[in-house]
Amino acid sequence: MQQGISFFPDAASANAPEVDHLYYFLIGVSVVMTVLIFAAVAIFAIKYRRKSEDEIPKPIEGSLKLEITWSILPFLVMLVMFGWGAKIFYDAYTPPKDAYLIYAVGKQWMWKIQYPEGQREINELHVPTGRPVRIRVASEDVIHSFFIPAFRVKHDVVPGHYDDVWFTATKPGRYHIFCAEYCGTEHSGMIGWVTVMTPNDFQNWLTSGGAEGSMAAQGEKLFQQLGCSTCHLSDEQGRCPILRGVYGSQVLLDDGKTVLADDAYIRESILNPNAKIVAGFSKDVMPTFQGQVTEENLLQLIEYVKSLAVGRTNQPPVQQFGGKGSAPAGKAPAGKTQ
Amino acid sequence: MSASVQAPPAAAAKSNYLNADYGWKSWLFTTDHKRIAILYLVSITIMFMFGGFFASMIRLELVTPQGDLLSSDTYNKFFTMHGIVMVFFFLIPSVPATLGNFLIPMMVGARDLAFPRINLLSWYLYIAGALLALGAVIAGGVDTGWTFYTPYSSTYSNTYVMTAVAGIFIAGFSSILTGLNFIVTVHKMRAPGMTWTRLPLFVWSHYATSLIQVLGTPVVAITLALVGLERAFRVGIFDPALGGDPILFQHMFWFYSHPAVYIMILPGMAVISEIVACFSKKRVFGYYFVAGSSLGIAIIGFLVWGHHLFVTGLSMYASMMFSLLSFAVAVPSAIKVFNWTATMFRGSISYATPMLYVFGFIGLFTIGGLTGLFVATLGVDIHVTDTYFVIAHFHYVMVGGMVMAYLGGLHFWWPKITGRMYPEGWAKLSAGVIFLGFNLTFFPQFILGYAGMPRRYHAYAPEFQVLNVLSSAGASILAIGYLMPLIYFMWSLKYGPKAPKNPWGAKGLEWDVCDSPPTTFNFDKTPVVTEEAYAYAKEEEEHVIG
Amino acid sequence: MWVFLLTEIMFFGGMFGAYTVYRSMYPKAFAATSMHMDPFFGALNTLVLICSSLTMALGVRSAQLSKKKALVIFLILTMIFGTAFLVIKGVEYYDHYKDGTVPWAGFKYDHQMQIFFCFYFFMTGFHALHMIVGLGLMTWLLQASMKGRFHKDYFSPVEISGLYWHFVDIVWIFLFPLLYLIGHTHGHG
Repeated sequence: MQQGISFFPDAASANAPEVDHLYYFLIGVSVVMTVLIFAAVAIFAIKYRRKSEDEIPKPIEGSLKLEITWSILPFLVMLVMFGWGAKIFYDAYTPPKDAYLIYAVGKQWMWKIQYPEGQREINELHVPTGRPVRIRVASEDVIHSFFIPAFRVKHDVVPGHYDDVWFTATKPGRYHIFCAEYCGTEHSGMIGWVTVMTPNDFQNWLTSGGAEGSMAAQGEKLFQQLGCSTCHLSDEQGRCPILRGVYGSQVLLDDGKTVLADDAYIRESILNPNAKIVAGFSKDVMPTFQGQVTEENLLQLIEYVKSLAVGRTNQPPVQQFGGKGSAPAGKAPAGKTQ
Repeated sequence: MSASVQAPPAAAAKSNYLNADYGWKSWLFTTDHKRIAILYLVSITIMFMFGGFFASMIRLELVTPQGDLLSSDTYNKFFTMHGIVMVFFFLIPSVPATLGNFLIPMMVGARDLAFPRINLLSWYLYIAGALLALGAVIAGGVDTGWTFYTPYSSTYSNTYVMTAVAGIFIAGFSSILTGLNFIVTVHKMRAPGMTWTRLPLFVWSHYATSLIQVLGTPVVAITLALVGLERAFRVGIFDPALGGDPILFQHMFWFYSHPAVYIMILPGMAVISEIVACFSKKRVFGYYFVAGSSLGIAIIGFLVWGHHLFVTGLSMYASMMFSLLSFAVAVPSAIKVFNWTATMFRGSISYATPMLYVFGFIGLFTIGGLTGLFVATLGVDIHVTDTYFVIAHFHYVMVGGMVMAYLGGLHFWWPKITGRMYPEGWAKLSAGVIFLGFNLTFFPQFILGYAGMPRRYHAYAPEFQVLNVLSSAGASILAIGYLMPLIYFMWSLKYGPKAPKNPWGAKGLEWDVCDSPPTTFNFDKTPVVTEEAYAYAKEEEEHVIG
Repeated sequence: MWVFLLTEIMFFGGMFGAYTVYRSMYPKAFAATSMHMDPFFGALNTLVLICSSLTMALGVRSAQLSKKKALVIFLILTMIFGTAFLVIKGVEYYDHYKDGTVPWAGFKYDHQMQIFFCFYFFMTGFHALHMIVGLGLMTWLLQASMKGRFHKDYFSPVEISGLYWHFVDIVWIFLFPLLYLIGHTHGHG
């Protein structure tokens, strides 16, 4: 954790050193170029300073060779910067399939963190070392941005979208979370802390909370309270699609197109049911729930619908954090199928 | 209002544009491009002071980590208004509306611009826009950030967004009309013998700028108009709760606002070309490349707007295209820097104040431009976007680059515009103070940004304080540096020594033919151009190296 | 004038661009709106504007041939057509108001359709504004023509105003299919 003066952020994630290396490369190139130009200007200014008012220098029209050289060479260096940066960018926004998912809802002016197991926090995030973690961000109101400098990750939190940041934390400690997109009066107060723990500590922490039950369990409660279960779980009248097993499948719509039933699809179906109608069903049957559910509620409902795909329990698949130390990315612990 | 200009003493019989007519009506209803340039000069200086006031308050607040000087809302309004005033009411008009208006007709050999009355109209539109923007400030302020991101600006903010947006909308027309005027003037009003390839590079850069002004400004006009309409009628074009898309706003906004930064910098580059040639007593190295690079920047500049949206969820493909193009647009800028430096090679370098500003510009623009590469690099941009790194980057190019070029140009052409010389000693001193103050203000911000301090923060984490204090200290020095020219320029109007026609020995129609200050119609008879631009050397010695 | 028209293309182009984005996001809602648009009025207005461009072009020709009387007649005809356009638009706006499709005055339908109608009113509104400016230009041209100011050696104000008028006409030619004709050719809606 930063104390005293900060000249350089902590590097607490697996990709932070890579970003830093590219940064050093950019600094190196910049220093070289700057020194070259400064030196050239200084040397010319001194060596060719005006010694008498009527001296007339010989004109030099230009030099095609020079122009080409000093256009192409820098551009080649820039291509290296581009390629390296593009690779880091691609990796940064391509989470591994077995990443542990946590939700962060940004709202003026706080971060509401929810774990599938049911833990909820405000402005605090706990993660284990050595395990890819994916944070799915959503906004209740305006655009925010989820930024953890120590991990070198950032993504704008745009209302109407779901977006992901992911990282693998490497150093236990406490690091800043900042909102990085101006969002109103207390924008600079919309900050928090991420606590990185060893896998064992994290396991202990995780199982000690969540009094309200997992997100999916809360989603189930909402599902019943809002009346969704009358149609969508078992309906003799055939008014609406049954939701068991829907999540993750391809859905055929009434205009012949198919669409993947992912988080965004479920969210849209709740807020704007007429946007996409499943083949064989009619418009204007399902009412909209816009204004009746918060972004957090939506995430809980989505977790519930997801659980309908994994076979009837509303507990998230069992995670294994402690025990054998860090589980490197790619080796999925038992039961994880998100 | 009028410039406080003294008539030259009775000994100088010739009338010039300043004393040809007296009274406020002769200024407010003038169609003389030179008088309109002065009107602009006074107006944008006033707006610069407003923008500077907001900046001072920001830096003052940021001396301590807590938000203890200003309330959050007030601070948010101050950084918003600093941005709006500086971008739309200072930087965009600065060189084109003052130096461009004044010099372009003379440089091409014309009596005035193509549409003198439209020129006056564009000034009135600027004033109308500025009054509306200041009205928004006085009524209570705007707090959306100068970028007006939705849905905050369209639905959530309780401040005077509509008024501010209206002011910018109207000022946008001022910009469009100026650009229009320049394009037609350059096409249609060049004197005989003034071919395109004999034009001063100042004109080339302004031509490129005008293309951007004319094509880009209407897009921000309609974008802001839509935000205004959305607020007025409570509909949801950019508001996701009503089916709109906030990212569409960002695309539309930046489609103009990125080229806008080239509107801001190209005229500065125009000035640098002229000064470096004069004070090296040499033709600009690689004339065609410098001319072509202006057009290159204008064209490629329209294709890079997406680099402001890298962390919003753009597709991987689009992000890569925008990143690559953003690198591409750096190449013509680099070409200019190299060519200016090469101009000094085997030249006859004078250290007059304008040239000091050129040295400063080349150094600071190089740093600013190189840090642009950092933010164009996708992997690094994830970390530094929306932090103080970006703020440092654009202040290096805008202030370290553009404002220095503007000041250099003011000093260079001051004798021509006013007929007076400024005090050289004080001028050199201020150039140094500005250079020092600027670097102390903004270099620490690069470090702050990478360390993680986000932008638009009223209060910040305590470990960022030391660098913030350095930055604020620099700002106070910079403020002094800016006050100095204000004072001695005004002083020179009354007490400065009278300037000869061509105190610098510069080439160009405005120096060779026109007086200091020029007569109302610039030329007694239409000049005929027989030599190339920057013809400092004897004709037979022109040759190419390499 | 050509350069100014370029700026107008960018201005309207921004709106066309935004409209296209939303059209591709909500194709069904936008197609459904065609039920609330009356292509008859739209087509009538298109015809009216095309006639006005014809009379305008004939007016420019008259000026080139120093035919003052013909110029005046054609300018008057152009203005009549222009005014007719605005009147028909006004009638349409009123119909929309009664139909509940004015977004800020008792809108009766869902958000996506509201977005369409926002664009409809903003785009035709800005267009109408430009028409009114055009009518103002025509008025000035008319009174100058009646004083005999234009003839074969000096007619550029007529020509330039004609350019402006044709441009406003062309914008409408693009607006008409985009706003009125979607959905009518597809089976749905």
